[in-house]
Amino acid sequence: MANAPILEMRGITKRFPGVVALSEVSMTVRRGEVHAICGENGAGKSTLMKVLSGVYPYGTYDGDIVFEGEEVRFSDIKQSENAGIAIIHQELALIPELSITENLFLGNEPGRFGVINWVGAQKRARELLHLVGLDEDPDTKIKTLGVGKQQLVEIAKALHKDVKLLILDEPTAALNEAESQHLLDLIGGFRDSGMTSIMISHKLNEIERIADSITIIRDGKTVETLDVAAGGVDEDRIIRGMVGRSLESRFPERTPNIGETFFEVRGWTVQHPVDPDRLVCKDENFFVRRGEIVGFAGLMGAGRTELAMSVFGRSYGTYLSGEIVKDGEEIKLANVHDAIHHGLGYVSEDRKTLGLNLLDSIKRATVSARLDKISRGGVVNGLKEYEVAEEYRKLLRTKANSVEESVGKLSGGNQQKVVLAKWMFSDPDILILDEPTRGIDVGAKFEIYNIINQLAAQGKGIVLISSELPELLGMSDRIYTIFEGQITNVLSAEEANPESLMVSMTSTRKTGPAE
Amino acid sequence: MSKFSNTMRTLTGGRGISQYSMIIALVAIIVVFEIMTGGYTLDPTNVINMVQQYSYILILAIGMVMLIIAGHIDLSVGSVAAFVGVVVAQSMAIWHLPAGVAMLLGLVTGAVVGAWQGFWVAFVRVPAFIVTLAGQLIFRGLNQVVGNSTAVPTPASYNWIGNGFLPDFGPDFGFSNPTLILGLIVVVALIWKELHDRRKRVAMGATSQPVWVSVVKLVVLCGITVFATYLFATGRVGTSFPVVGIIAGVLILLYSFITSSTVFGRHIYAIGGNSSAAVLSGVKSRRVNFLLMMNMSVLAAVAGMVFIGNAQASGPFDGTGWELDAIAAVFVGGAAIFGGIGTVAGSIIGAFVMAFLANGLSLLGLDSSWVSVIRGLVLLLAVGFDVYNKTQGRPSITGLLLRGFSRKKSSTVTEETLEAQPQNPEQPAAEKVDKVPLS
Repeated sequence: MANAPILEMRGITKRFPGVVALSEVSMTVRRGEVHAICGENGAGKSTLMKVLSGVYPYGTYDGDIVFEGEEVRFSDIKQSENAGIAIIHQELALIPELSITENLFLGNEPGRFGVINWVGAQKRARELLHLVGLDEDPDTKIKTLGVGKQQLVEIAKALHKDVKLLILDEPTAALNEAESQHLLDLIGGFRDSGMTSIMISHKLNEIERIADSITIIRDGKTVETLDVAAGGVDEDRIIRGMVGRSLESRFPERTPNIGETFFEVRGWTVQHPVDPDRLVCKDENFFVRRGEIVGFAGLMGAGRTELAMSVFGRSYGTYLSGEIVKDGEEIKLANVHDAIHHGLGYVSEDRKTLGLNLLDSIKRATVSARLDKISRGGVVNGLKEYEVAEEYRKLLRTKANSVEESVGKLSGGNQQKVVLAKWMFSDPDILILDEPTRGIDVGAKFEIYNIINQLAAQGKGIVLISSELPELLGMSDRIYTIFEGQITNVLSAEEANPESLMVSMTSTRKTGPAE
Repeated sequence: MSKFSNTMRTLTGGRGISQYSMIIALVAIIVVFEIMTGGYTLDPTNVINMVQQYSYILILAIGMVMLIIAGHIDLSVGSVAAFVGVVVAQSMAIWHLPAGVAMLLGLVTGAVVGAWQGFWVAFVRVPAFIVTLAGQLIFRGLNQVVGNSTAVPTPASYNWIGNGFLPDFGPDFGFSNPTLILGLIVVVALIWKELHDRRKRVAMGATSQPVWVSVVKLVVLCGITVFATYLFATGRVGTSFPVVGIIAGVLILLYSFITSSTVFGRHIYAIGGNSSAAVLSGVKSRRVNFLLMMNMSVLAAVAGMVFIGNAQASGPFDGTGWELDAIAAVFVGGAAIFGGIGTVAGSIIGAFVMAFLANGLSLLGLDSSWVSVIRGLVLLLAVGFDVYNKTQGRPSITGLLLRGFSRKKSSTVTEETLEAQPQNPEQPAAEKVDKVPLS
């Protein structure tokens, strides 16, 4: 493995007005390895990759970049691409209405005099798709593909450009287990064929599995580079490097104090919003007890979010039948307003498009679900609003100068705290948390787990939807499994383990919820 | 220089002078025309004329900015105003309705028209652009049907709403007494508001501004008020502050309050900023959209009624191009194309910019076709400047005016901030692909 370095970044310093984002960061990537970059949100990982790929042009940073033995000075992305560096961003940059082929060659269309050679393009597209193991017709429109397949198209697009160094920014963040597995295998395959990859990820188990070496960045500085082949590198070791201390346990201690069943959904049947022949929920039943954290496990797209949103004021799909019973009485929730006023809260998995208005200040966002609590006769009491927002900012330790700051400027973890504040202020009895820790670093996750535990301790019922099995196993008192829109099983904390969950998450047989 | 900019920063509550560029531009425009027209721009007669002639832009801009904040638009306001105008004029000409009743009929007509358009936008979910484009044709046609494509004169008892003045009373000092009283009320209100705001800031534990900031602010605002009072009070004999000005002023205050301090106002910004998130926070978006469309048509009705009063007749081509005036005022005033950002106050400044330009250029005797060209360029430059500022990472001018007081410049910059900067703050609105259809 002692290959010569393909890339050396030396003493990279990048300043923004008022802040040093990177300070003397150095990193060496050897040819043909998978090199992982780890660090908390805001540590500077993405900034470093932007320096490398020319998003921040030469001259706006200090330090040297040596790529393939020569010092390079990229002034834009095009130049770094031509040198053989391809970056695949977290947010996919494909055009949904165009076909795979059209997307693959966008900006690089083969042909002459502006006339595209579609026959050649199709042929090349098939080759590229074969390389990434994607079995789809090149004419398929991107919008019909899932996130995992779209990611593969992005990679195929990079391969087309004769890439020597592939950078993947959080490639598996939105993928399910099987898709992640496929992607990791693919990266492993690239390594075997001599390609070098840099991978940024929060999923430490994946890094542990695939990376040859790991550079850890903390607060804009290189902390250390770990050689995985040398051994002794495990998740705890990486975490210690990232946060500068070891987290004894990744989940806070909690003694559950579970009361009686007070929230029940019975015979819940919901139609798909566009396709009337499809049911997204078929006669589903579940219940929540006071002070209980109920996990919902399922692969991405299994219907967890759809179930939760349809219960939360019919905000997804078309309600067909079923009833919701709370505190012994049936409640009708025709819209979100009703749901909120009957004591339901829903923290969306997608905080940027469904959870927050990014133009809002922290103050406005905090009160946005329950303006009625701080207003009289339709007039908002600005002072109360400020006090409430300030109270929650302190309670949740949201990092911001003041509650006047725009939520769009906060880091992911702090945005999530604002969303939590919003729903805590709405004072729900049942709080549905949909992927509450997605895209959040280890330290902030722990704080959010603490908040969830506190809410449960107050006697609220918590529904925790998550793709991360360790999170579900670490937090929940009881776990429902969902597969293809159906609740397939329910397991107590003692019964549940990754294997038993995975079985129920991937099989259609309905064992029925156990009482 | 740095001392000056520090002073400006304190004075503007940490925002820097660049945030007030549209106000500065307005002042510059006024000064330039004042010089070029040999002092006629700020002559009492001209100012009074302007208020009467262009108040429709102010009234329409109020409704338009609310729609634009919510992510809609209304292209039908000119036609709706003309339609309401002719209905009001005919009701007085044919049925001999008293002026007051005719005005009421006008408001009701506006509300009905608004309900019609609101129904299509909010419940059938046809984009407002299309609904109001249709409305533009429909109500222009109906105006000509009702008015037989000719001018319908309006009686003097009615015209007061458009060309009347505050009635004079009391001893004669050579000034208009009601105007003086009005000016005094405004000055007192300004001082009270500043004191109130200071108290509120202290209550919120925000770093209170030095006293001299408040003093400078008050001196400037009161100075403008006194000067305006002087202008309106020294016009031709028999003139004073126009009734139209009072109507516009009351509407501006009312809607500034609604947009900034009420639950309904919050819901408008919520829908425009991120409609899916708004719905998931319990905002009844259909209701809000319906009310906004209806409100716009009612305001268009007011504008139409004021206009025919001033013109003393309703005609088949009333209100042509008004939608563009109003939309231009809103965007010059710093609203964002994708919604979520904008203020009534900003739009009013935008409306003044458009009005002073039109007035100044026509005073200079410029051909109306060139006036149109110049106004178009000003709109383009104003919005272009705003967009450029945003891509440079500086917030929009009026975006900050709206956000209110004493927001300190952020000093902790996270990775997200840095990444967010090159993009438009409105980005989420642009990405709003309806992933999940929300009710």
